[in-house]
Order: sequence, then structure tokens, then C-alpha cells
Amino acid sequence: MNILRGRAHRFGDDVNTDYIISGKYKFKTLDINEMAKHVMEDLRPKFYEQIEDGDFVVAGRNFGCGSSREQAPLVLQAAGVGAVIAESFARVFYRNCINVGLPVVECDTSGIEEGDELQVDLRKGLVHIVSKGKIVKATPLPAVMVRILEDGGLVEHFKKHGGFKISDEG
Amino acid sequence: MGTISENVISTHAGKAVVAGDIVVAPVDFIMSQDGTTSLTIQAFRKMGGKSVHAPDRYAIVLDHSAPSPLEGVSNIHKEMREFADVCDAILYDVGEGVCHQLVPEKGHAVPGSIIIGADSHTCTYGALNSFATGMGSTDVAAALISGKTWLRVPSTIKLAYRGVLPAGSFSKDIALHMVRTLTADGATYMALEIGGEVIDALSVEARMTISNMAVETGAKVGLMGYDRKVADYLKGRTKVSFKGVSSSGDAKYDRVIAEDLSDLPPQVARPHRVDDVVPVDEVAGTEIDEVFIGTCTNGRLEDLRIASQILDGKKVAKSVRLIVAPASREIYLRSMEEGTLGRLVKAGAAVVTPGCGPCVGTGGGIPADGEIVLSTANRNFKGRTRTRSYTWPARRPRHTPRFRDAFPTRGRYSDEHSEGKGAQVRG
Ligand code: SF4
Repeated sequence: MNILRGRAHRFGDDVNTDYIISGKYKFKTLDINEMAKHVMEDLRPKFYEQIEDGDFVVAGRNFGCGSSREQAPLVLQAAGVGAVIAESFARVFYRNCINVGLPVVECDTSGIEEGDELQVDLRKGLVHIVSKGKIVKATPLPAVMVRILEDGGLVEHFKKHGGFKISDEG
Repeated sequence: MGTISENVISTHAGKAVVAGDIVVAPVDFIMSQDGTTSLTIQAFRKMGGKSVHAPDRYAIVLDHSAPSPLEGVSNIHKEMREFADVCDAILYDVGEGVCHQLVPEKGHAVPGSIIIGADSHTCTYGALNSFATGMGSTDVAAALISGKTWLRVPSTIKLAYRGVLPAGSFSKDIALHMVRTLTADGATYMALEIGGEVIDALSVEARMTISNMAVETGAKVGLMGYDRKVADYLKGRTKVSFKGVSSSGDAKYDRVIAEDLSDLPPQVARPHRVDDVVPVDEVAGTEIDEVFIGTCTNGRLEDLRIASQILDGKKVAKSVRLIVAPASREIYLRSMEEGTLGRLVKAGAAVVTPGCGPCVGTGGGIPADGEIVLSTANRNFKGRTRTRSYTWPARRPRHTPRFRDAFPTRGRYSDEHSEGKGAQVRG
């Protein structure tokens, strides 16, 4: 897990999974890349076209609340989002991100504005707001999640260990 | 010795755990539905899954877009049927009902068990004293293969509801009140333990409405205690042996919220926030286009009965569509046999297949842009039903026994409101 670089796309509190990808698209196509074209469209029309590879979605509290659909982190990933940075996350979404290998960073996002250049050090848990010369400290991920993320997601973790290997005892 | 969550997880993990511990625990039942099973199958295959750990304890439900309105969905359904067949899982096909009604109704959710489902409202079974929580497809695939999942033992907020609910207020009003009190993220990563004499007095069906909405506060589970009513509900439904789990006297809670609900008026959530909950009076007069009665929150027999009593002998206003989706085949049949459904149909209801349809916006009554829906569902998010607002229909301002002149018999529900119109979440 290295350093991620990109620009911030700023959203507010309680961005639910229906905003990330509306429930109706789940059934229109199975192709995540197709679905990704509709990412966040109810909040920001044509958002898909504004994302450059590696950019960050930055939000307030409770990002990803609502449904358990794994399509939510998958479309963000497919749209090129490098990580989601928010003040807090909904539980299932947070877990899903780790499982599919999309980094999530929990920190105070009040100082991050639309378009800010960011550098994120996942291992150290630091978000550097380059354009403002400020550094924000993130809440560390639970060790089990670091393990899964480092393996590249839960699928890879399972393939590698043949099951859960969340602590050294087992 | 701890909270219900700590006690259930300790028993499963084979060691005493407390909030904050991370454990790998065996799972007693698993469910996935047609919006999440494709990804589950994909993850299962990618992980090298050959067989399902306990196929008789895995149910695949075709409810979210059922019967299929599109070729793409038909293909998903086909894939699910084939997967169920290959791995020998339980299949609830089109028309059986909404997953969260079926799992309890078919006796799969028993007290003291750990259940995971690839759907956020899996927490519904907390009403049956089951540690049941929603997860994503990959987590479910991992559990299918290994029979286990990893959990962070949640800390618990205890809600103790005293008093006697006033006439005209129902369990949904408690659920909405709970979401407003805790807010949409107030219980994130945590467990709720919901009890007190108000809860004791409710039927198991009505309790499910409240546990169902625990996730609307961000909570992992919405647990209730085990009592005679739960035992009676399960009688004849399950062959699984079980033991109710309670919290210990010395359990440590993050917070205890004790309240008397004797004055709780009917509630409604305004678009598009689940926690923007106000007394129904505040939205009285809002024009509505569609009323939807159904879902895992309020598509049960007693909900249909309440609606049919209110609408008995009346007609739904011309400008309003009333869509009814009984939550399961069993409910459909029973409501037909006892005349409840007939009363609704005579009043002008369009009855659709037991399933999710209009709740998630896949069919059976999708509103046009800008229309206002008064719904019994749990969420009023924009983009969910293409539009907007959701509410609990079965109410009428000022405790006057429910809808009566308010609701569909005339095309207005409440007062004008944000975005020009608007009631919402009953659901
Ligand atoms: S009825 Fe609605 S909330 Fe319940 S499972 Fe179906 S889509 Fe989800």
C-alpha cells in the first residue's frame, strides 16, 4: 500500500448507496464498467466524466449508508476513484470497500475542498492536502482490515490463506 | 457475561468476548437475494469455492426484481436457480415473497443464532433474538465457503420503551421515532437492544418492523429479547433447536435510553432522509401520487389488516394509485382467505407479486419524476424509486384511527412541504 495521489471531489454527509449507484441499475446491467457511468449521478450529473484515475471522493459523515450492495464500492473503483476519504463510513460499505480492495480513509475532512490536490499515505494513515500544505491524521484501520486490504481484498485473502487468517493464531 | 450481542458471539466463538474484540465465528444461516447473488456467485468462484459449507442453511431468494421485467434480470434469475441447484441451497423463487419475511416465516431465524444476509435489512430477525446482520456479497461468499465470518463485537445502545402506545400509533411509529432519536449514523458499528413494556406488548410481526429499521441508524443489529411470543411464532415453523439469549445483569452498555412512549403520535419521515422524522400532522395536506403498502418493513398481515379496515367501503381517490404487495405468499393467501385483500382491491388497490418491486424501484409501480409516494418502506432515498419520498401510509393525523379521510380516499396526505410536496418513510 503506497502513496495515492489525486484531486478531491467534495460531497456532503450521508451519501447513501442509492446515490453512489441507484438500485435500478443493479438490474439493468451486470457490467460494472457500464454501471460506473452512472456513479453519483443524482448528486452530480456526469460525475463519471469528471473523475481522473486516482482521484478521491471526499465526504462528510456516514458515507455509504443504506443498502449492502457491493456494486457501490465496485462502481467507484471502476470509475477510477483511488480512495474514499470521509469523516465516517456506514459499516457495511466500509467492509465492502476493504473486501473489494478500495481504500477507505476515515479522517476530519472539513479542511478539504473541491479540487484540492491530495496525497494519501495509507500505511501511515496520513492525508496531505498539498494545495494547502496541511496534513490530517486518519483513524487507523482495524488490523484485520489492513490484512485483507494488503492481500488485495477478501477474495485474494481467501485464495492465499485458504480461509480467514485474521490473527496469527488463526 | 454481557449484552445479548456479546453473549451470542461468545457462545459461537467458544470464548468470552467483549465489545471491540474481533472474532471469527460460525454462521448459522445465510441468505442472498437477486440484487446481490450474482456478485456472491462471482466471488465464490473467484475464491475457488467448490461447495457450500451447509447448503441446507443457505437460502437464495428471488424477490428484488421478481417476476423478471427484463431479459437481463431473467438471466440473473436463471444463474441463481442453477447455482441453488448445483450447491443444493434452498431456493425461494419468484412469488414466494420478500427475503426478510421468508427467513423468519420459514423458521430459519431462531433465537441465539448468527445470521448474515447479503441485504442490509437482515437485521429484521433481531426481533427473533437472532444476531442477524447485513453484509456484502464477498463476505457472504466467504461464509458460504468456510461456514464462518469475521465480526467486530459491537458495543450496545439499549433502548427501553415504557408505557402504552396510544391508539392510532403502531410499531412503525416507534421505528421512526427511534431513527430520529439516534439519527442516521448515531449507532454506526453498534448493536441496539430494544425492549421494554411497549415492545413486550407488540406481536412478533410488529417487532420485526422496528428491528428492520435498526440499520437506518447505522446499527449492525437490532436485537430484542426472547419471550413466549417468539416461541409461539416459531412453533410449527422450525425444526432447529434453539435457546433464547438475554443480556446479563452486569452487561455494560454504551448508553441506555429510557423513554415513555405513551404520547407518541403517528410519525412520518420526510424526503430524503430517514431521520427527518416529524409527527404526521406536520405534513398534513401534501398531495400524493402513489401509496405503496408492502416491503419487509410493513407488508405483513397486520399491516394489510390496518389498511383494509381504514379503506373498507371507501374508494381510493382518482388521482392516487394504491399499490399493495403482500410480503409473502403465505400473507397473500391468508389476507385473501380472510377477506382483507378483497377489501383493499374493492377500494381500488392494485395488488402486485409478493416481493420488493416498488420499494427498490425495479417494477410494479415505479413513480414518474417528481411524483410523491407515500410508502410503508424503510428508506426514502432519492434514486431509489426513481423518485423520492416514502412514508408510512397507515396513519392519520391526531391519532384518529389511521388513514380514514386522510390517506388514499382523497388525494392528499399532509401539509405542503419541502420540494413542494412530500410525505415519506413509513418504512
Ligand atoms: S422490501 Fe425494500 S427494503 Fe425490504 S428487502 Fe426488499 S428492497 Fe430491501
